[in-house]
Amino acid sequence: MNNKSSTTLRWFPAVMATGVLLLLAVLMLGVQLSTENTELVVHFAASERWNLILSGAVLVFLVQLFRNSIAAFWQGAKKHNPLPHLPLPSLDKNKPLKRLLISFAVAGLMIWPFFVSRGAVDLATLALIYVMLGLGLNVVVGLAGLLDLGYVGFYAVGAYSYALLNQYFGLDFWSCLLIGGIMAAFFGFILGFPVLRLRGDYLAIVTLGFGEIIRILLNNWTAITGGPNGISQIPKPTLFGLEFTRRAKEEGNIPFHEFFGIDYSSGYKVIFLYILALLLVLVTLYIINRLLRMPIGRAWEALREDDIACRSLGLNPTAIKLSAFTIGAAFAGFAGTFFAARQGFISPESFTFIESAIILAIVVLGGMGSQMGVILAAIIMTVLPEFAREFQEYRMLMFGLMMVLMMIWRPEGLMPMKRPHLTLRDRQADQDDVTMKTQPAAESV
Amino acid sequence: MNQCLLEASDLSMRFGGLLAVDQMALKVHEGEIVSMIGPNGAGKTTVFNCLTGFYQPTGGQITFKDQAVEKLPGFKIARLGVVRTFQNVRLFKAMTVLENLLVAQHRHLNTGLLAGLLKTPAFRKSEAKAMDLASYWLDKVGLTEFANREAGNLAYGQQRRLEIARCMVTDPQLLMLDEPAAGLNPNETRELDDLISDLRKNHGVSVLLIEHDMKLVMEISDRIYVINQGRPLASGTPEEVRNHPEVIKAYLGES
Repeated sequence: MNNKSSTTLRWFPAVMATGVLLLLAVLMLGVQLSTENTELVVHFAASERWNLILSGAVLVFLVQLFRNSIAAFWQGAKKHNPLPHLPLPSLDKNKPLKRLLISFAVAGLMIWPFFVSRGAVDLATLALIYVMLGLGLNVVVGLAGLLDLGYVGFYAVGAYSYALLNQYFGLDFWSCLLIGGIMAAFFGFILGFPVLRLRGDYLAIVTLGFGEIIRILLNNWTAITGGPNGISQIPKPTLFGLEFTRRAKEEGNIPFHEFFGIDYSSGYKVIFLYILALLLVLVTLYIINRLLRMPIGRAWEALREDDIACRSLGLNPTAIKLSAFTIGAAFAGFAGTFFAARQGFISPESFTFIESAIILAIVVLGGMGSQMGVILAAIIMTVLPEFAREFQEYRMLMFGLMMVLMMIWRPEGLMPMKRPHLTLRDRQADQDDVTMKTQPAAESV
Repeated sequence: MNQCLLEASDLSMRFGGLLAVDQMALKVHEGEIVSMIGPNGAGKTTVFNCLTGFYQPTGGQITFKDQAVEKLPGFKIARLGVVRTFQNVRLFKAMTVLENLLVAQHRHLNTGLLAGLLKTPAFRKSEAKAMDLASYWLDKVGLTEFANREAGNLAYGQQRRLEIARCMVTDPQLLMLDEPAAGLNPNETRELDDLISDLRKNHGVSVLLIEHDMKLVMEISDRIYVINQGRPLASGTPEEVRNHPEVIKAYLGES
């Protein structure tokens, strides 16, 4: 029975499908109406297009006609796969290999900007900023499960910390990087308090409000922040005091190219910024990776899973929530400081709600809690719009569509988080050892 | 008799117009297994919630080792050594079995931020110790082979056992089990019986138990409290309770 159905030709569906295709294609692609004076004139498409439509129709006809056979063939190919199943060498078990691959990847990312165009490096730098933001928000949303819609507020705090401290006190990028992070962390801590009792939708609304408060404050506190005009001429980072400008801006500083005796090129600055962003991302990745394997990282996830169980085990939910908000915000602060330095100009317009939404989209798209997923999603979200510049006005529409499709097909994100695999020591081997360790603790009661 | 571990007197809990717990008194001595029984809705879980700080009782005193605890938040009471399980299992479902046991040891671990970031020897040592303790308890409840399985994917009986193991790694003095045998088959119930006796004998915990499985309760308990409609109905040894006319009328039924 199965065999019979798999070889039958599907004449009727094939004819129908081809008919529908031809009807639609001819009407939509083949003819065009236009008005000439008062008359309607029918224009026929060029012959190449007719050829394309025709070959499309033939293809659809054939596929529909032989669909059963194709499906059967496909099933068979899957079943009798002549290739043996070769498992990839597991990276989790092979630590030296993993280290080697990571160092190669990092080296590649470091060398890469010297061979590509300036625009590409610039875009990559932007993507790295979003990677950093995504990783930071991932701590709050993905790990601790606290939906934060005002994350951009901390980003703004970082950026404005650098801009203002530089403008009024002349502090340089490197000290401000630290201060910006600490300031943002402090704001995260402050925001943490009122929202301690909230969760889910209510938390989202309050954090959304917080983000807006920061932006509106920056917009209206004209005397200090310059209001909607923003702050310009924020200096770029320096490399141990070497500036990347043609002439040194500050007395006593030497430009980079003079120090090394090479010709001035604005490309150095772009590459330097890229490498700096890359280093920041690597540091972020290292820290978050460590946090995940520390008691605090586990506590965040436990809080996301069940806060009542947390309390029953003696974990203080308040402290855990605050730490998640604080640490997440600190990364936004670093990203913000770097952003201000890269742009050289910031205004409240850079910190609207849509930024928060994009960062959140990165986290959701990548897979909550998954760092590789967040990195991938951040790159997609920054690079794709550049390639699709003609569709600028449809950008939001595409984001929305992408989100809907993702939720249908991969609700857990592009690369869902993998649980760490922890190996227990061989119980048989050190049984006595363990008993020695645990018994006294239990008996001391 | 051993020293008194937990004592509640005059305990009452009011939700608006409803007096869920009224004038409840309860004592657990060191090394004892005490059960609370009563019909559904009698207020047993409410008493549990008051004792573990999830509710603030509207009246009465609770002392744990001579320290007043009725005003303390839940996590602080847990830190004193009173740990509980829940009627509907509350595991960290998306985390692995092993991680569940590591989270529970949070307050015994080296939580220093810098120590963890730099992987100092002290940090490694504390993590290794936590792993050893976790693996000891995994072995004890027979879940070693599932160590890296997500807790939510375990069978129900295994989840129950994991929840008890998760309590035990916190090194508690009083273990409070809310219907631990609910949903277990007779075989698993017997294993649970053995496990609870073993916990008392070899790990020095006292146990306060809510349970409907009379066979388990009568076998295992030193003393039993019977609650009906929020009020204490009777208390005493299993033998006394079993023959108490009021208890038979309200809960056990004539046989």
